[in-house]
Amino acid sequence: MGKKTIIPFGPQHPVLPEPVHLDLVIEDETVLEAIPSIGFIHRGLEKLVETKDYTQMVYVIERICGICSFGHGWGYCAAVEGAMNVEIPKRAEYLRTILHELSRLHSHLLWLGLLADAFGFESLFQHCWRVRETILDILEKTTGGRVIFSICQVGGMRKDIDDKTLKDIVAILNGIKAEIKELTDVFLEDDSVKNRMCGVGVLSKEDAEELCAVGPVARGSGVVQDLRMTNDHGVYGELDFEPMIEEAGDCYARCKVRIREVFQSIELIEKAVDKIPAGDVSVEVKGNVDGEFATRIEQPRGEAFYYAKGADSKFLKRMRVRTPTNMNIPALVKTLQGCDLADVPILVLTIDPCISCTER
Amino acid sequence: MSERVDNKQNFTPVSVSRLLTEVRDLKADGYRFCQACATMMGDKVEILYSFDKGHQLKNLRLTISQKEEVESITGEFWPAFIYENEMHDLFGVKFNHMALDYQGNFFKVAEPTPWNTEKEGKEGK
Repeated sequence: MGKKTIIPFGPQHPVLPEPVHLDLVIEDETVLEAIPSIGFIHRGLEKLVETKDYTQMVYVIERICGICSFGHGWGYCAAVEGAMNVEIPKRAEYLRTILHELSRLHSHLLWLGLLADAFGFESLFQHCWRVRETILDILEKTTGGRVIFSICQVGGMRKDIDDKTLKDIVAILNGIKAEIKELTDVFLEDDSVKNRMCGVGVLSKEDAEELCAVGPVARGSGVVQDLRMTNDHGVYGELDFEPMIEEAGDCYARCKVRIREVFQSIELIEKAVDKIPAGDVSVEVKGNVDGEFATRIEQPRGEAFYYAKGADSKFLKRMRVRTPTNMNIPALVKTLQGCDLADVPILVLTIDPCISCTER
Repeated sequence: MSERVDNKQNFTPVSVSRLLTEVRDLKADGYRFCQACATMMGDKVEILYSFDKGHQLKNLRLTISQKEEVESITGEFWPAFIYENEMHDLFGVKFNHMALDYQGNFFKVAEPTPWNTEKEGKEGK
């Protein structure tokens, strides 16, 4: 029996882009227990509903996160549209789906780069982010923004993307497919990379369900759960969507799910561009919000929950955003138990934590 | 094979005394805990517990006074500790028997329980 020691991990750490703290109780080199602490960057964004009306709040909600900002804007608009019984045009639903999948692409490529950086593969990290720039260029060209797009509004989309540009996007994505394949093959086939991920941080299907994990963390443990399987949001029902599932539950499985989702997003965008109907992209929305509505979006990191409650006013009574990392912290704590201290950074990264999202 | 579900809104009122029983029943029925959040409703607090089964959302709505204490559901759904600690720190809701109680140190806020309207010098909205 070795001596028990508590090692503070974070809130500032080389692998953490944002502050989260873990008290790691270790014996020799093995983690016995991990106690998480968050709350370092709570910004009180939800409370701004008291001073920003429901159209202004779109800009606030988009700023919850710099990676999945489009999805947050969409989730918020969908919740308010639900509360106000507003039906948006079909073309707007298609555009939202296309932009959301582009967001997933750049989010997963960003994550792959961060993972490569965490295990010291610097050139792989830089190549992942170089390819990601192509996606950001597409977003800049179509929305005007590379991080915050401000293209989603209550009632649809602020502007259209013409059919030629949409076809150009598909051509660009098909053009970088081979390059992405070359990069992702390194993650899936390189022995030194596999040594860091295979069999590390295993989360069983039973634990994933018990701990209510979401997104690639749950799907990497064999849980068939993806809101794109439903008609809750977007036009996924018209695109023959199937979730990407892996059974092993280790870091490698979570990585593989995200890699398969990169290629799936390109296919979904291609199908959506083929099927997008002509027409308006927004409807006029007038009046106050007086109902309530709860909805969910499958963000790149997993299920995000949005709840809007009106009070017959321009100002909402409550806007609730629950992000995927909230649901994956318990799973992280579980997988850290029994792992080697050296694997903690990789394990933390494989839940793809977003603390800005989590704390709002 | 993709499944299609109806996005029906489902909000069921629940009392403090029935909360744990309802949550236990949902867990036994295979529901997954999704989230919990509080809303200030004048001098009351409304707590919304959300659960998922087969991508269908079910919400339990609990309405309490600002000083009333609520039994924690972390015995049934351990991940709920995140939401209960958040509601404690931001709204001042007191939960009994939390599996992991941060004693008010979960969120580092400049002003304690910023949403709570029964603190000195604050009026209900």
